[in-house]
Amino acid sequence: MTATTTTPAHSAPSESPATRPASARQQPAVLGFFSDTWLIFTRQMKLSLRNPAWVIIGLIQPILYLAFFGPLLSKIARGGVLGVSANNPYAFFVPGLLIQLGLFGAAFVGFTIIADWRAGVIERFRVTPVSRMALLAGRVLRDVLTLTVQAIVLVLAGLAFGLRAPIFGVLIGLGFVALVAVSLAAVSYAVGLLLKSEDALAPLLQTVMVPLMLLSGIMLPMTLGPHWLRGIAKATPFGYIINAMRDAFAGHYFNAIMVEGICVAVGLAAVCLWLASRAFIKENA
Amino acid sequence: MPIIEASGLARTFTSRKRKVEAVRGVDLTVSGGEIVGFLGPNGAGKTTTLRMLTTLLRPTAGTATVAGCDLLRDPLGVRQRIGYVPQAIGITAGGTDPNCAVGEELAIQGRAYRLSAAETAERAKLLTDQLELTGLESRLCKTLSGGQRRRLDITLGLIHSPSIVFMDEPTTGLDPQSRSNLWEHISGLRSKLGTTIFLTTHYLEEADALCDRVLVIDHGKIIAEGVPDELKRQISGDVVTLSVTGDSAQAKTILAEYPGVREISLDDRAIRMTVTRGEEALPGMLRALDAQDITLASIQLARPTLDDVFLTLTGRSLRDDSPSANGHSGGEGGTQADDQNKNDTGDADDAELTSAGAVAGHPGRS
Repeated sequence: MTATTTTPAHSAPSESPATRPASARQQPAVLGFFSDTWLIFTRQMKLSLRNPAWVIIGLIQPILYLAFFGPLLSKIARGGVLGVSANNPYAFFVPGLLIQLGLFGAAFVGFTIIADWRAGVIERFRVTPVSRMALLAGRVLRDVLTLTVQAIVLVLAGLAFGLRAPIFGVLIGLGFVALVAVSLAAVSYAVGLLLKSEDALAPLLQTVMVPLMLLSGIMLPMTLGPHWLRGIAKATPFGYIINAMRDAFAGHYFNAIMVEGICVAVGLAAVCLWLASRAFIKENA
Repeated sequence: MPIIEASGLARTFTSRKRKVEAVRGVDLTVSGGEIVGFLGPNGAGKTTTLRMLTTLLRPTAGTATVAGCDLLRDPLGVRQRIGYVPQAIGITAGGTDPNCAVGEELAIQGRAYRLSAAETAERAKLLTDQLELTGLESRLCKTLSGGQRRRLDITLGLIHSPSIVFMDEPTTGLDPQSRSNLWEHISGLRSKLGTTIFLTTHYLEEADALCDRVLVIDHGKIIAEGVPDELKRQISGDVVTLSVTGDSAQAKTILAEYPGVREISLDDRAIRMTVTRGEEALPGMLRALDAQDITLASIQLARPTLDDVFLTLTGRSLRDDSPSANGHSGGEGGTQADDQNKNDTGDADDAELTSAGAVAGHPGRS
């Protein structure tokens, strides 16, 4: 059945809305993406700062590890058990905590996008000219910044406990943390947006993240493990990254481990961003 | 020039190998300056159609032009020109972050549409004045009342002076008072700002009070379309109830032959008829009875509601599936308004019967 056009009962004002030029201005797509990303980033940042509880909780956890687990580790290391540098065990331990911070800090951001979806915020922005990629990128940028700041605080705390590392090595380490944050935050947002249910996201994250963490050698070097365990660990990405970070903290910048670590970290971030962007730009959500 | 022109718009969802045809070929046209209501029960395909027209969902078939842009080839063009007020029912809310301040939401919405800060401020002032939201800029969205928050959702949808705004169930979840207040605001947007409004609703009263034209949708297809009064007249007719002091059987015989009388029944002394254009037929009917010396004891004319229209078309009542899931008393409020409606005409005398009394009880319709 075709609905016919009828004259509205009320006379429309003289200005015909259909012929009125759209007030939105055209701008190049790439420029639009960056300014949109900035727009979403500043909004999310402002909201995070308004309720910094999660930022603080996220920071307290690795510091607790540093305080309550670090001393045990350094004692064992001094006994020469682990192949960890006996005079600087924290150069082994802090990179692990940084990755843990990155893993868990970023992996759970998916919950926030479910909250945004429930509030109707996602749909609201999806109907605006704002780049749908920027809805993802702005959020990821916020998480990267938050986690980098947390990582810096953690490194400073590590210094207080006895960490000694070259500044350039620490900067490389922070770069790795940022790349891990990009990867996990992007995937977490995409999965959150697809599942739209906290009840489904929570068990999924736990199931995936705990094995990934255990296999990454955050607490103890994977070289301690039997052959089969090392084999499985080789198939997960974070082991490569943490090895490279430990080398960076030890001042070894130019070797195969570093190249491997950088390739894995950059590759992982690229793949995760690509997958996540699929979820954000698809026309049906 | 029509502002929306859609033909054969369809959307099929596949869930667990079962195909669900949510919308099955919708054709519709909306002109600039109209308030068009998409009326139908929950699950009829209203929201799915709206989501297709607003670039949130890609149609599986069909084409549409919205605000001069092709829906499929230029979705960004469509987004720049339309406004959208998401539904706020069940688990999803209307688009504002609870922890965001009202002023911040307005500012970012303006930037999202590439307005300058000055343009946004100017437009925000106009809209907040119009929608009575002034002075709330520094309040967090979560501290607003339901009605205020809904009006903020609408303000955000209009910040960039769109040619058309889509509102998905704009008043669902509000108490009856806030709802009729919002009706006034929405019709004010059209009369004062010239905004074309396309809204979905499952409230008959809303369609009646607010819309120039309704599209009735059921099972993914438009089953009727027109001005509410016309629809009621064409499809249902008015119910006229007469009682006479004389021979009521004779009166029934006379009236049964009167043009426009469709169904007639005699119950005790009351004659009940369905009559096309009842208010126009009445004077003639009374004269016909008078000519046979039959004296009238009482007279009542009841206008059909859009529910009667829906019932006639589908054999089901819209009220059967009024929203119970979200715990709001929408259905009850509606019934009251409707009873009021009938009283308006039922108690009136002949002179008033010929006026458009059926909508007198509603605000927003001048």
